[in-house]
Amino acid sequence: MKLPVYLSLLAGSEQTLADSYRQVAEAHGDEPDVHFLCLTLATQCDARRERLAAVIARYGAAPADDEPERLHTQGLGEPRTGPLGLLRDLQDVYLLASFADVTWMMVKQAAQALRDVELLDLVADSERDIEVQLRWLQSRMKQAAPQALIAAR
Amino acid sequence: MTDEGTTVTTGAARGRVRDVWGHRTPFGRGDRWPDRADQLLAEGIAEEDVDRWVRSACALCSNGCGCDIAVKDGRMVGIRGRIDDAINHGRLGPKGLYASWQGMEHHDRLTTPLVRRDGELVPASWDEAMAMIVERSRALLDEVGPLSHGFYTSGQLFLEEYYALAVIGKAGIGTPHMDGNTRLCTATAASSLKETFGADGQPGCYEDIDECDALFLFGHNMAATQTVLWSRVLDRLDGPEPPVLVVVDPRETPVAKRAVVHLAVNPGTNLALMLALVHEVLANGWADDAYVTAHTLGLDALRREAEQWSPERAAEVCGVAASDIREAARIFGTSERVLSTVLQGFYQSSQATAASCQVNNLHLLRGMIGRPGAGILQMNGQPTAQNNRETGADGDLPGFRNWENPDHVAELARLWGVDPLVIPHWAPPTHAMQLFRYVEQGSIRFLWISATNPAVSLPQLSRIRDILAKPETFVVVQDLFLTETAELADVVLPAAGWGEKTGTFTNATRTVHLSEQAVEPPGEARADLDIFLDYARRMDFRRDDGRPLLEWAGPDDAYRAWQECSRGRPCDYTGISYDDLRRESGIQWPRREGETTSIRRLYADADFPTYPEYCETYGHDLATGADVGEQAFSAQRPDGRAFLKAAAYSGPHEPPDDGYPLRFTTGRSVYHFHTRTKTARSPELDAAAPSVWVELAEADAAARGLGDGDMVEVRSRRGRLVAPVRVTGIRPGTVFAPFHYGYWDAPESAEQRRPTAANELTITEWDPVSKQPVFKTAAVRVTRVEVER
Ligand code: SF4
Repeated sequence: MKLPVYLSLLAGSEQTLADSYRQVAEAHGDEPDVHFLCLTLATQCDARRERLAAVIARYGAAPADDEPERLHTQGLGEPRTGPLGLLRDLQDVYLLASFADVTWMMVKQAAQALRDVELLDLVADSERDIEVQLRWLQSRMKQAAPQALIAAR
Repeated sequence: MTDEGTTVTTGAARGRVRDVWGHRTPFGRGDRWPDRADQLLAEGIAEEDVDRWVRSACALCSNGCGCDIAVKDGRMVGIRGRIDDAINHGRLGPKGLYASWQGMEHHDRLTTPLVRRDGELVPASWDEAMAMIVERSRALLDEVGPLSHGFYTSGQLFLEEYYALAVIGKAGIGTPHMDGNTRLCTATAASSLKETFGADGQPGCYEDIDECDALFLFGHNMAATQTVLWSRVLDRLDGPEPPVLVVVDPRETPVAKRAVVHLAVNPGTNLALMLALVHEVLANGWADDAYVTAHTLGLDALRREAEQWSPERAAEVCGVAASDIREAARIFGTSERVLSTVLQGFYQSSQATAASCQVNNLHLLRGMIGRPGAGILQMNGQPTAQNNRETGADGDLPGFRNWENPDHVAELARLWGVDPLVIPHWAPPTHAMQLFRYVEQGSIRFLWISATNPAVSLPQLSRIRDILAKPETFVVVQDLFLTETAELADVVLPAAGWGEKTGTFTNATRTVHLSEQAVEPPGEARADLDIFLDYARRMDFRRDDGRPLLEWAGPDDAYRAWQECSRGRPCDYTGISYDDLRRESGIQWPRREGETTSIRRLYADADFPTYPEYCETYGHDLATGADVGEQAFSAQRPDGRAFLKAAAYSGPHEPPDDGYPLRFTTGRSVYHFHTRTKTARSPELDAAAPSVWVELAEADAAARGLGDGDMVEVRSRRGRLVAPVRVTGIRPGTVFAPFHYGYWDAPESAEQRRPTAANELTITEWDPVSKQPVFKTAAVRVTRVEVER
C-alpha cells in the first residue's frame, strides 16, 4: 500500500507551509495583519500535522527510499522585502497551500475507499481550514496587487 | 479664562458639569419618557435677549440630541434641547450644553488658509492654497495615477460633505484609498451588522430602552459616551419595573456600578465570554428553535465553536466567576424583552467583529429582534459616523452597495455619468491603517485629511508623526483649529463648523436631523462642502456627457443628489426632504418617496437583506477576513435569512509577560470628545478634566508602593506615557488611560519630555474583518518617576 507515501508527503508539505507562514510573518512584520495572521495560520498547520501523526502511526511512514525526490515541496527560500516582495511571498505561500490542499484531497479519496472514519474527520476539518487560508491569501493579494504593481516605488 | 468669560445656566442645566446626567424623571416600562427642558445661555444673556433660535442637533456624540442654537447679534450665545425630539425629549448633556457652541467661537480658530513656505506655515489666499493643491494633485495623477491619492476624513462632517467627497474620490479621481476616522470608532458596528444581516443598518431604536426588561451593555460605558441616553436608562432604573442591567467591562464604570451582573473580563477576551453565553443559551434550550430554523443559517458551525466554551472554561480565560456567566446567560435566556448595546469595549478590542457578531447571534437565537424592547444597538461613537458609512466616505460604495456586485457598480456609474471602470471595485476599499502604511511606503503621495486629528488619535503615535512629516508626501489638512496634524501639513484650509453651515446628519438609530446655519464662519473659513466643490471645479472633473461631475451649488443640491443615490437601498432617504426635517425634529430612515412614516425597528418581519442581488456584502470569514465571494454566498441560498457566524477564540496578540506584566486599555472622560479640540475650549469642561491620568487597581498600586497622585511612567514596547495615578475599582492587572490628551495645548516637545497621549503605547494591529484598530489591549509596565510639576 502506498498511502504512507502520501501521508508523509502531506506531513512534509504541512511542515513546509507552517515554516513559510512563519518566515513571511517575520519578514513582513511591518504589515501587522500579515504578521499576526500568518502566525495564527502556521499554528493551524502545526495542529493538522499533529493530528496526522496519529494516522501515520496507524499506517506507518513512507520508507526512506520509496518516494521520488521530485515530489518534495520546496519552502519559501529567502523571503523578499517591500510591497512587491510581499505580493510574491504571499503568492508562493498560496502555491504551497494549494499543494497541501490537493494532497489532502487525494488522501481523502483513499480514506473513503478504506472507510477510515477517523481519517475522513481529520480531512474534513483540514480541508475547511485550508480553504479559508487560500481565500485569505487571495483576498490579501488582490488588495495588495494594484498598489504594488502600479504606484509602489 | 477665555474672553467669553464664565457661562451661567438657566433652569435644570445649572451645575451640569458635576451633575452630569441631570435630575431624574423616573418612568415605568412602556410609558413615555418624560420631557425635561435643558438650556444654557451665555452669561448676561436672558431668554428675551435671544434674536433667534436655529434648528440643529448636537454633534458631540452619536446620540444626536435635537436642539436649537441661540443667536444674538450674529453670535451663538447658547443652546436648548428640543422637547419634540424623540431622541432626547428636551435634554442635553454637559458636552452639548457647554462645548457645542462655546467650542466654535474661540480666538484660536483658523481664519485663513496656510501654506508651507521654506518650512513655515504662512497665511495665504484661498486662490493660492487651492492652486497649490490642484497643481500637485494633477501632477501626481499624470505621473502615477489615481493610486497616488488618499483621503482620510472624519465622523463629524455632514452627510452632504461626505457624499461630495465620495463622488470626487470614486468618480472624479477613481481611488480606493478613502477612509474616515470612523474606522477607529464604528467600523465594527457596520461590519457586525453586515456579516449577520447582509447590510448595515441599526436594527433597534431608543424607545427599546423604554420597553425592555433586561438591558445588556457590552463594552459600552454609556454613562460617559452618550450621557443623555444613560439619563433615559437611569430614569428606567429608578422607575417601576426597572430592567435588569448586565454590564461587560473591565472597569468599574458608573454603568457597572448599577449592574446586577458585572462581568469585568480581562481585556482582549470578549469572544471567549460571548461563546460561553451562546453555549449556555443553546445548552439550556433557551433558543427559539422555530425562529432559528426559519430565519437563520449557520447554526451547526456556531454550535461547533460554542460547544467548547463551558462557563468554567470562559471564566478561566476571562478572569470572572463562572456563576456570573451562568447568571448573565440565564437573564438573557429567560427575559422576554432583551435590549443589547455594544461599543468600544468590544469594537476596539481583540477579535472585535467576531465578538460583536455573537451579540447578534444571541438575539437571533432567541428571536429577539424587531420587537419593542427586544433589539440590538450596535452603537456608533461619532455624531455623523453613520453618514460616513452610508455615503461611502469610509471607502464603501454609497447607499450600502456591494463592490463585488457589478450591477451595483453599474448603477452608480449611471447615476454619476461615468464609465464603471473608473469606480474602484477590484478589491475592498483601503482602510485607514493600510492607507497610512501606503503613505509610509511612499506610494500614496497626496493625502487629504479633513476634520480629524490622526497625530493624536491613531495607534503608535511616534510612527504616525513620522509618516505625516515625510517631505515627499503632500498633506492637506482641513479643520477648525491648527491641530497637531495641521501643524505637519503642506496646506491648511480653515473650515466652517457646526452652526456655521447647513447640512444633515444621522445618529446611531438612523435618525436624520437638519442642522441649519446660525452664524457666519470666522474670517475666511468655508464650509467643507464648498471646499470639496471648489476642488472638483478646479480639477474639472466631468461626466462622460461633458457636464461637471458635481453640479451642486450648495447643501440642498448635494442632499437631493444623495436622496437619488439612496433610492431603493436599505438607507432610503427619498421620503425625507429638508422641508420634512424643518417640520419634524428627527426622522428615521428608511422613508421612501411618498411615505409619511418611518420604520422604527428593522427586521420585525425577519426578512433580512441577504438576497445576493441586494446585500451590501457577501461576507467574510471572521477569523481571517477572507472574502466569502459571490458563488459561495449565493450557494447557501440566504434569501432573507440572517447568518449565525463565529470564529475560534485566539486571544490578544500581545499578552502580558515578565517585562510588561500589565494589560493597558484606553477610553474616554465624560467631559471630553476625541482630542478635545472643542471640549477643552469650553472653560467648564476643561476645568473638570484638565489633564491626563492613569487608573490602577489597589493591589497593583500597593505592589509598586503607589498612591493617588503619584507620578508614574507607563511603558509599552512602542512608547511611554507620564501621568499621575488614580487608584480605582478597575480589575487587577489592568491599567487605564483616557485617550484625549495630545499636545496642541502642551509645552513645546512635550511628546518627548512628558508624553500624555495614550496612543503612544498602543499597538498597530486591527480586526481582520472591520479593520478597526485594537486600542484596548497592549502589554505595559508601570514605574514611579519624579518630574517637575
Ligand atoms: S448625549 Fe451626545 S448628542 Fe446629546 S448632548 Fe450629549 S454629546 Fe450632545
